[in-house]
Amino acid sequence: MSKDDQILQEFTSKEYEHGWTVDLENDSAPPGLNEDIVRFISKKKEEPEWLLEWRLEAFRKWQDMEEPKWPNVSYPQINYQDIIYYSAPKQSAKPNSLDEVDPELRKTFEKLGISLEEQKRLTGVAVDAVIDSVSVATTFKEKLNELGIIFSSFSEAVKEHPELVRKYIGSVVPANDNYFAALNSAVFSDGSFCYIPKGVRCPMELSTYFRINAANTGQFERTLIVADEGSYVSYLEGCTAPMRDENQLHAAVVEIYAAKDAEVKYSTVQNWYPGDKDGKGGIYNFVTKRGICSGDNSKISWTQVETGSAITWKYPSCILKGDNSIGEFYSVAVTNNMQQADTGTKMIHIGKNTRSRIVSKGVSAGKSQNSYRGLVTVMKQAENARNFSQCDSLLMGDKCGAHTFPYIEVKNSSGLVEHEATTSKIGEDQIFYCNQRGIDTENAVALIVNGYAKEVLNQLPMEFAVEAQKLLALTLEGSVG
Amino acid sequence: MDISTDMHSLKQEADIYLEKHGLPDRKDEEYKYTPLSKLIEKEFDSVVETVDSLASGKIEKIIPGWKANRLVFINGQYRDDLSVIVDESGLVIERLDNSDQISQKEIEQYLGQLAEPTSDPFVALNTSAMTSGTVSKVEKGSVIEHPVHLMFISDSSQGKAKSQYRNLFIVGENAQVNFVESFHTIGDEISLSNSVTEIVVSKNSVTNYYKLQIENDGEVHVGTSSIKQLDTCVFNAATITLGGKMIRNNLNITMESERCEANLNGLYLVTGKSHVDNHTAVDHKYPNCNSNELYKGVLDENATGVFNGKIYVRPQAQQTNAFQSNKNILLSDSATINTKPQLEIWADDVKCSHGCTTGQLDDEQIFYLRSRGISKEKARALVLYAFAMEVIDNIKIEGLREYLDERIAERLG
Repeated sequence: MSKDDQILQEFTSKEYEHGWTVDLENDSAPPGLNEDIVRFISKKKEEPEWLLEWRLEAFRKWQDMEEPKWPNVSYPQINYQDIIYYSAPKQSAKPNSLDEVDPELRKTFEKLGISLEEQKRLTGVAVDAVIDSVSVATTFKEKLNELGIIFSSFSEAVKEHPELVRKYIGSVVPANDNYFAALNSAVFSDGSFCYIPKGVRCPMELSTYFRINAANTGQFERTLIVADEGSYVSYLEGCTAPMRDENQLHAAVVEIYAAKDAEVKYSTVQNWYPGDKDGKGGIYNFVTKRGICSGDNSKISWTQVETGSAITWKYPSCILKGDNSIGEFYSVAVTNNMQQADTGTKMIHIGKNTRSRIVSKGVSAGKSQNSYRGLVTVMKQAENARNFSQCDSLLMGDKCGAHTFPYIEVKNSSGLVEHEATTSKIGEDQIFYCNQRGIDTENAVALIVNGYAKEVLNQLPMEFAVEAQKLLALTLEGSVG
Repeated sequence: MDISTDMHSLKQEADIYLEKHGLPDRKDEEYKYTPLSKLIEKEFDSVVETVDSLASGKIEKIIPGWKANRLVFINGQYRDDLSVIVDESGLVIERLDNSDQISQKEIEQYLGQLAEPTSDPFVALNTSAMTSGTVSKVEKGSVIEHPVHLMFISDSSQGKAKSQYRNLFIVGENAQVNFVESFHTIGDEISLSNSVTEIVVSKNSVTNYYKLQIENDGEVHVGTSSIKQLDTCVFNAATITLGGKMIRNNLNITMESERCEANLNGLYLVTGKSHVDNHTAVDHKYPNCNSNELYKGVLDENATGVFNGKIYVRPQAQQTNAFQSNKNILLSDSATINTKPQLEIWADDVKCSHGCTTGQLDDEQIFYLRSRGISKEKARALVLYAFAMEVIDNIKIEGLREYLDERIAERLG
């Protein structure tokens, strides 16, 4: 076996780091989905009547919808009646401080490398931790409150700020938007809510950590970020799950609303359990993420590092409604073994002088399939719209696939839309150049892939960039890239 | 042509497919941007494939001057009086319904095999009818001097016209040949044509294939050209569309062996309410093949352009180079372009790229010309002409190049 193959082998057989489980006592609903379950969840969360109605309507619409078949992924039929739609770690009472949080639970987070307390002291990141789709702890709340920033779990927000939640929920991703968004709208159990008032620049990174712990459950969380006029927030999302033989469904919804002059930066490092190397188990990550630049001069920026999940199916999108608004999408998607990813973005240019930029870097290894699917639309009224898209794919090994499906629709003659894509493997001349200078092949590959993904990694906030680089390094280990 | 059992089962297959699937609607990904079925159902449902055509004076006028082996069809009918064969050796051109030199066996070997009836509803529709058209064969080692030119004219002066054509080209080993297919209309009513062309390119041969849609403003056209490249051969294609009501061109190339090269060019320069849709697919099945694709479009007034270019690189097709480029200029705010360059790659040692741009005329270029005393209109025409010529320059037939040059210059004023 040549060195290259060896490295490849090593890399492709790398085990998943976060594959442990913790025995948490769970409070869960019986598996299956019907109106009673929706009512059960709503009741458990002590929700107001309007929200229950909203859920029920979504559920009814979902029943009439069909699971989309167009993504370039294949998986066995999901039986929606086998899934547990509500599972919460048992806690006797709502904890007031971190010290009161169940020690088992805290251990979970320590294992994840996000010691809540340490984070609090050192990095100044406010964390909302979500286990099995229920928010268990939120840090830094008081400090944020002083500035008028609301950062809490979704169910808390429903109780404390119903007017805000009611105004914005479903405003960007309507309940009947698509099959999985409808499912989420019906059964979402928790998530994060964030509101940044007028003119406030959020002084710290806000972060949500998602973890699926219980078996047989689906995770359905919902994140809603509202940035009022002139505000700024940077939001981070991370996720892991234990190793299990069955596939688990994660169908989340993220909605971002940016008012005039507001800026929202949303970063994701997704590291759900990808399944073993034969494709057994793993998370189905079917997520709807969308932001609207509603006011003039607003900006939404998506950055994602996708390394986990058996199947990823998500398209963080921007609706550029306000004049001069900006949408950005930076993505690194790495697939390995039997993983499948169909990811990309949508940029809908409606306002004048709107700009968007798409940088997507795909890396496929093993027997994985990695697809970029994107849509750039320039509406008739969107004068002087500008888009630049670049999607590159790197193939490692001859059993994987890289695919690009960009849709470009332009209806205005002043628009300027550019798209370019390349697919290649790491050039032998590049490796040779490094070898010549005393860098061994392994490091050369790491170097090249790091450089390849740099454009995206640079967009991540410091705290996350470290984690993302680690994740990539793991992917790169001995490799390959 | 006697209907043999093979042919019969092919037609049957097409009928079953059509019965089951019908014509595609907008939900069909392949026809998402081109609502052909709606138009066809509305306008052509009751139209029978008419024969009558007169207007001979008009027809002579549209027959181009360059010398070619020319076969003329009007509303699906072959016109012997307008057709001419100049190259006698190495080339056989026969009518599909009247072939004797090319054996039935040879025809059946390829007909319906390159463009399978189940691959597309319009191919099925064509297969189900399959009466009018041609079968051509270039003998081993022959270099054919003059192009083979098939002219398809829709005459709607007596009312709406509808026709279907089926063509098969077999290019032998070490042969060289140019094929031209052109579509024209006469009359004020609209017309429909549905054509399917299959081309077999054998070892060490060079085939140039040009499809023209020039004087055809009332034409609704669906055309599929399926090409099979056998071994170490070159295939060059250009699809030029200067008009038409709704045009859909499918160009599918399959590389069945190593060391094949394909160069695809396309130009759509349309205005008014024209709708032009170009779908191309290049399937790299074997190693060491190259493909190059350049499609350019200029869309004015309410015109709509659609481009979908697919490149497949199969797992064993290592050392593939595949490039694709689509450039569009929108001249009016009512013009629309929908483009989807698509790469699907399963091999790692490849170089593939695609680029796609949509924009407007470059102000700086216009300014440069204007500062040298050239009027705004002239400058605009000059820049657009240069834009279009990049595609036209790749055409290998001199007479045809000049002919197109003239038409484009005329169009741009």
